[in-house]
Amino acid sequence: MKRAFPIFAVLTALLLSYALYEALVAAPTEKTMGDVQRIFYYHVPSAWTAFLLFLINFVASVVYLIRRSHTADIVAVVTAEVGVVFCTVVLVTGPLWARPVWGIWWTWDVRLTSTLVLWLIYVSYLMLRRFSTSSQTPLLAAALAVFGALDVPLVYFSIWIFRTQHPQPVIGGGGSIDPRMLHILLLNWVAFLCFAALICWSRYRLERLRREVEETQALESLLEPRSLR
Amino acid sequence: MSLAAITRATLAKDLRLEWRSRDAINSMLFFALLVVVVFSFSFDPNAEESRQIAGGLVWVAFLFAAVVALNQTWARELRNQVLDAFRVSPAPANSLFLAKALGNFIFVCVLEALMTPLFVVFYKLRALGPAWQLIPVAVLGTWALVVNGTFFAAMSIRTRSREIMLPLLLFPISIPAILAMVNATTAILTGELSAWFWLVLLATYDVVFTIACLLLFETVLHAE
Repeated sequence: MKRAFPIFAVLTALLLSYALYEALVAAPTEKTMGDVQRIFYYHVPSAWTAFLLFLINFVASVVYLIRRSHTADIVAVVTAEVGVVFCTVVLVTGPLWARPVWGIWWTWDVRLTSTLVLWLIYVSYLMLRRFSTSSQTPLLAAALAVFGALDVPLVYFSIWIFRTQHPQPVIGGGGSIDPRMLHILLLNWVAFLCFAALICWSRYRLERLRREVEETQALESLLEPRSLR
Repeated sequence: MSLAAITRATLAKDLRLEWRSRDAINSMLFFALLVVVVFSFSFDPNAEESRQIAGGLVWVAFLFAAVVALNQTWARELRNQVLDAFRVSPAPANSLFLAKALGNFIFVCVLEALMTPLFVVFYKLRALGPAWQLIPVAVLGTWALVVNGTFFAAMSIRTRSREIMLPLLLFPISIPAILAMVNATTAILTGELSAWFWLVLLATYDVVFTIACLLLFETVLHAE
């Protein structure tokens, strides 16, 4: 396993650079939007990756609530952290694209708003983990993750109705996509998934080590008075 | 003792304590009053404008004031290790949760009943839609804030800087409920749209999160 990590890292780097070349050079230029459209190859894969990571976080949290397994908790921490990073990328690249194409930085469209709320929920999740003084932090965090997952459909539905009752300023997406563009999009997604997996893997190892060190220190402090005697 | 009996006993104790000390209600009332006054002279709207914005202002004021009460929910039980005593007792955990949530619900409802006339006066409000619908909006909306608020308050007592932590946890999750309350209130005040959809959404939110709280509260209570 230890040797697999650098190999995987090199492969990911190669795949990312190839996907970058395809997205910036090889991909056909979009007719109306021009080169701005190329941000699409980063925006959409980041969004899919972030949603996938949040889904894994939810599953791991439920597993933790049922089985109290440490591995599930570490997976939950790792996916929440990396998911927030990718979600931030989505929220930053979105307005960068929207400004030249839609003429506005932000609109309270259903997808934008739901992504923002999801990001807020997971930031509060990370803050709870950071500020918790309880030895049962994983449990509290898992409960919050379940609440967040219950909230997402309600958010989506409420904003969908909220926005369809009012005139919508712009409608993004829809229509057909050039097969070559789709191909490059999927390639970029695979590259992003590998990248996310790589960070998660390394973060997972770090978290494992951190907990082992903590446990050892706790054990040592228990043993010390006895050795003095 | 049954769940209902323990709930009633705990609720009665909390109400009696509050009646004698009036800690939560006084701080909430004064806080909400300040919000009303500050909003009122920073916007100074005419009757038509205030109909458009009052829904948002009213609920923001109530939301902030509710956080003041919610933060005090468990503080009293931490002193003298009441919570620990409850943990080792055979009483069902949910009876404690229901009593606390109902207590907060009553406090916030009292606050709303006292503050609403002030809002009407300051913002020159007159509903163009069916005003009686504001009552189900207030009941469902308050429960939506209070049920999750009580739950997250039980979580935030286990953190550093717990008073800050509660709104950080509560607000993101409450976004659909706040959206529903504000839009329902605006719909009723302006009389342009129907509030029914938002009432249904609020009711769904209440049911979903009440069940979630009841299922998970025992776990959170025992997480020391």
